[in-house]
Amino acid sequence: MAELTYRDAVARGIAQEMARDPDVVFLGEDIAKAGGVFKATVGLYEQFGPLRVRDTPISEQAILGAAMGAAMTGLKPIAEIMFSDFFAVCFDYIANEFAKSRYMSNGQLKCPLVVRTGNGAGSRFGAQHSQSVENWCMMIPGLKVVAPSNPRDVIGLLAAAVRDPDPVIFFEHKSLYPTKGEVPDGEIVDALGSAKIVRPGKDATLLALALMVPRALAAAETLKSEHGIDCEVVDVRSLVPLDTQTILGSVARTHRLFTVEENPRLCGWGAEIVSIVADEAFYDLDGPPVRITTPHIPLPAADILEDIALPTVERIAERVRKAMQS
Amino acid sequence: MAKVEDRAPAAAAGLNDDIGEATRLRLYRIQVEIREAEQRAFDLFLQNLVKGTSHLSLGQEAVAAGFAAAMKPGDLSFCTYRGHAHTLARGVPIEKVLGELMQRDNGLMRGKGGSMHLTSAEHGVMGSYAIVGAHLPIACGAAWRAQYKGAKDVAVCFFGDGTTNIGAFHEALNFAAVWKLPVIFVCENNLYMEYTPIGDVTAVQHPAADRAAAYGLPRIVVDGNDADAVYRAAGAAYAKARDGGGPSLVECMTYRHSGHSRADPAKYRPEGELEKWKARDPIKLYRERLKQFGIADNVIAAIDADVRRRVDDATEKCKTAPMPPRDILTKDVYADGGFAWRN
Ligand SMILES: Cc1ncc(C[n+]2csc(CCOP(=O)(O)OP(=O)(O)O)c2C)c(N)n1
Ligand SMILES: [Mg+2]
Repeated sequence: MAELTYRDAVARGIAQEMARDPDVVFLGEDIAKAGGVFKATVGLYEQFGPLRVRDTPISEQAILGAAMGAAMTGLKPIAEIMFSDFFAVCFDYIANEFAKSRYMSNGQLKCPLVVRTGNGAGSRFGAQHSQSVENWCMMIPGLKVVAPSNPRDVIGLLAAAVRDPDPVIFFEHKSLYPTKGEVPDGEIVDALGSAKIVRPGKDATLLALALMVPRALAAAETLKSEHGIDCEVVDVRSLVPLDTQTILGSVARTHRLFTVEENPRLCGWGAEIVSIVADEAFYDLDGPPVRITTPHIPLPAADILEDIALPTVERIAERVRKAMQS
Repeated sequence: MAKVEDRAPAAAAGLNDDIGEATRLRLYRIQVEIREAEQRAFDLFLQNLVKGTSHLSLGQEAVAAGFAAAMKPGDLSFCTYRGHAHTLARGVPIEKVLGELMQRDNGLMRGKGGSMHLTSAEHGVMGSYAIVGAHLPIACGAAWRAQYKGAKDVAVCFFGDGTTNIGAFHEALNFAAVWKLPVIFVCENNLYMEYTPIGDVTAVQHPAADRAAAYGLPRIVVDGNDADAVYRAAGAAYAKARDGGGPSLVECMTYRHSGHSRADPAKYRPEGELEKWKARDPIKLYRERLKQFGIADNVIAAIDADVRRRVDDATEKCKTAPMPPRDILTKDVYADGGFAWRN
């Protein structure tokens, strides 16, 4: 057991997989000699050398296209897109190319690749460097979508992503990079498509992802100590595949559902889950499901504004309390 | 610079048989096969047996033949929606191509891809891509794998003149040059995007070759209607790539005889342009070339007849082939063979 930052867990996870399999290669902007703009890939260039850890030009289409061509022909590339907002300049590969090539080719082509990216708000970077875009990817058939909330999951889910035969989009939360957590020694390999109950509770289910997980946990503490409301917090972890069984099981026990989402309101991941619960567990519910999200706005830069845009611990607790006591 | 269409065929200058009879016959056969198969595809449209859209390479056969004949097995082709020619040139059976166009179960992808996405990994056809420019970076990735593994195969990527104005073209060229990748970018300059002449929207005369210098690459323009000229340029580019010399960008001047796609009557062309290019029809030119090299008429006629028979056979097989079964609709979205996104 060691305490590790989320940032260092990224480097450890990549190193674990590169050491295991010589076909794992890593490319992106400023990732090699500089160790990444978030310093999440420090040491990999030194450990694995310039043939496996390669700096690219500022060419997001070339990065994802090259990752795809390499994956199709036998490598297991990990590509970094520095900020997930930049998916918009290379979305062709995400939406049209590697997501669809297996289907269009009737199974002839495969794309076992991982796209890692810095996602989410909290750095006061403004509207083009702060978005939570996991829902952009969730809607595309052929992709898998993962977003870890803690260092241990970073390593385990990254390993699962690299070993997965399908293209996986791996969302790292920028505001979680400095956070710490206990990580066991040795190899860690998790499974895609499994949610985790990170706090058991009996009165309400709070579903959260990435940065919203620690916030939901903190809100659950407040709700318990100040209002006697006992919340179960589920870390969704993987949007595709989605562990609906864990979610439905939790709702069946608590009879109330809250989603805590960083993405702006419309078509956020919680909307899909609420629809599944409405379809399949409607009679388990004692009240309407509630989505707690960022409003339908671009994100502002100023701290005072950004802080009230995202679901805060206070807003989560207040919204849950109101719904539970009404 | 002399206009390409005014140039005499290379062989007329002297009978330099650097290519050899066997390869010449192969170059001819590939061109005729593409011509016959694509004309058949067009006829099948008219009978409503080919549905959806389709982009023919009639008039551009020499580019596909020249590059395919210079390839080694194991080399990888990346094509556009105008990819039937390059797929056939790699030896993919006509039946599999026509079957896909006719959306039958015997098609290359059992109807799941269609005309614009022909793929035959076992023949090195690593996909046909319908988003302009997308496959140039993908070809770079395949070449990167070859470089990383120390393999000797080369990735070759075919695209049109219009593709030279999209960002992915420029990203891929720079990327391939900086990483010294064994990839060949082949621009088939047929003078038009869909309906707009490339000259109307491009800052330089030769949309690919005139950009080569920006990526530290030599400027290469080839007569794309002369299969020998294409074959020679291809051979040089393959040799360079296999020797670790990095990428090449080859611009082949050519012309499509039909419209952009099935729906296009190509009314935007100036009068006489098509006729002028038809006078330099690559297959007509090549028949003359073979005769110059002493190949007998009956040898040529036998190739023609054999190809026609094979296209007829393939057509009949496709007409009686079943439609794809409905259960493949949800297959092969993910590697487990299905489309499950939840438990
Ligand atoms: C990104 C993108 N933009 C536009 C189109 C629509 N489109 C399909 S083919 C084509 C013309 C391409 O011209 P060129 O590259 O010269 O190829 P050609 O069709 O002549 O072989 C266009 C504009 C597309 N498929 N993808
Ligand atoms: Mg064109």
